[in-house]
Amino acid sequence: MTAPLLNVRGVETYYGNIRALNGVDVEVHRGEIVSLIGANGAGKSTLMMTICGKPQARSGSISFEGQDITRLPTHEIARLRIAQSPEGRRIFPRMTVLENLQMGASLDNLKHFKDDVEKVFTLFPRLKERQAQRGGTLSGGEQQMLSIGRALMARPKLLLLDEPSLGLAPLIIKGIFEAIKKLNKQEGLTVFLVEQNAFGALKLSDRGYVMVNGRVTMSGTGKDLLANPEVRAAYLEGGRH
Amino acid sequence: MEYFVQQLVNGLTLGSIYGMIAIGYTMVYGIIGMINFAHGDIFMLGGFAALIVFLLLTTFMAGVPVVLALLLMMIVGMLTAALWNWTIERVAYRPLRGSFRLAPLITAIGMSIVLSNFIQVTQGPRNKPIPPLVSSVYELFGISISLKQIVIVVITAILLSVFWYIVNRTPLGRAQRATEQDSKMAALLGVDVDRTISVTFIMGAALAAVAGTMYLMYYGVVVFTDGFAPGVKAFTAAVLGGIGSLPGAVLGGLLIGLIESLWSAYFTIDYKDVATFSILAIVLIFKPSGILGRPEVEKV
Repeated sequence: MTAPLLNVRGVETYYGNIRALNGVDVEVHRGEIVSLIGANGAGKSTLMMTICGKPQARSGSISFEGQDITRLPTHEIARLRIAQSPEGRRIFPRMTVLENLQMGASLDNLKHFKDDVEKVFTLFPRLKERQAQRGGTLSGGEQQMLSIGRALMARPKLLLLDEPSLGLAPLIIKGIFEAIKKLNKQEGLTVFLVEQNAFGALKLSDRGYVMVNGRVTMSGTGKDLLANPEVRAAYLEGGRH
Repeated sequence: MEYFVQQLVNGLTLGSIYGMIAIGYTMVYGIIGMINFAHGDIFMLGGFAALIVFLLLTTFMAGVPVVLALLLMMIVGMLTAALWNWTIERVAYRPLRGSFRLAPLITAIGMSIVLSNFIQVTQGPRNKPIPPLVSSVYELFGISISLKQIVIVVITAILLSVFWYIVNRTPLGRAQRATEQDSKMAALLGVDVDRTISVTFIMGAALAAVAGTMYLMYYGVVVFTDGFAPGVKAFTAAVLGGIGSLPGAVLGGLLIGLIESLWSAYFTIDYKDVATFSILAIVLIFKPSGILGRPEVEKV
């Protein structure tokens, strides 16, 4: 097998004296969709942010395309084309939808802006209607779309999605998952996503990891994890309504 | 009536200067949430740089056109003030980012003292006068408007337009606004937050230096303590307009200028500063977010 696009090895992250990640190993290969599932507070979002250097890992290593990025500042990691739609969406509230998307495209100084924004609008037509509206006035679902759209504007090699389905109506979730699948199939976009919605995420993914208390306890193909009785009991049976 | 309009003109002139200084306070507050108390002294330092340029010009290039002299004074003032403000941020504020809230505040007061003492030691403690640069006065419907007042208002208007354009229409401005609204997210999108903050200090200092040059030209004198009173008044202007808001800073500056000149005209001039700072107190009590400010929202 070729070297992974993203390689996380033995990463430990602390908030003050509290250890949030405890020796995490994860790899993501080019063209894959990989999901990370786990309960609240397991450290999923911390891993996403640690990959982006905020906070930096205290020990262990993270490499991207073979380059060690563990100690790089966040903006330089972003410039390697790792884009994130983070926990809480983090839309710029006093910028318009269009400006938020421009921020996403600022790595290329808006060179491909016109083409790319059309793609995002095709994916999320709602954003087109709202383009002149301030980010802070959007509904939760619209903000989620904007957050994903903004990440896509960076033309990422690796797209990190932190709970893209959070707070969305089932129909919209379906739409977003389909959009992710489509981007992956058609453009070969590599996606690493964190989800509470374990069923939807694993069905979508090539592979998955299960995280408990800052450790990866299980990994496998999406199909295997879906069939695994432990995973079913802990993450699926309760949350499939 | 003429007397009133006259005071209005004087107030607007003074207010323009306060507005230009206030922008530096409000931008820095917006982007890193601290009050740069050394900003008033950066303004004073800009005035001194302009004074030195003026003295050099009159010594070595007698007969230099006034427009060119003013331009050189402003440019050198801007560069000097920008360099100082950049350095202060780099060595005194940046290491304290993420520290407890009072630390940068105390440091800023310290930097203010450092700057004014530095100027006192190197330039002397006395008032430094310059001869009037532009002295024409026009009579208009019984109101006298001096050329220097016109110069101040016009230069302020031009600079504020340029500034508005940078903040609202350029990639740099967009990065600044993004950093102001959510610096962590800005970094995730590839914005070099430290660099953006440095640029903000540089821009604020450049405006303050122009204000310093205008102040020197208007009053014909500068002294090392000049950073304090105009600095605090510009800060008051920023709070009055709504700290963090750029139009607010300009509006606040104009209002403070008007209040000061109208108070001096109709009441006692001795109490003009009392009037100004009473307004600060009243605003803080009844409308802490200022005229154009937004109510403080806890960031999560």
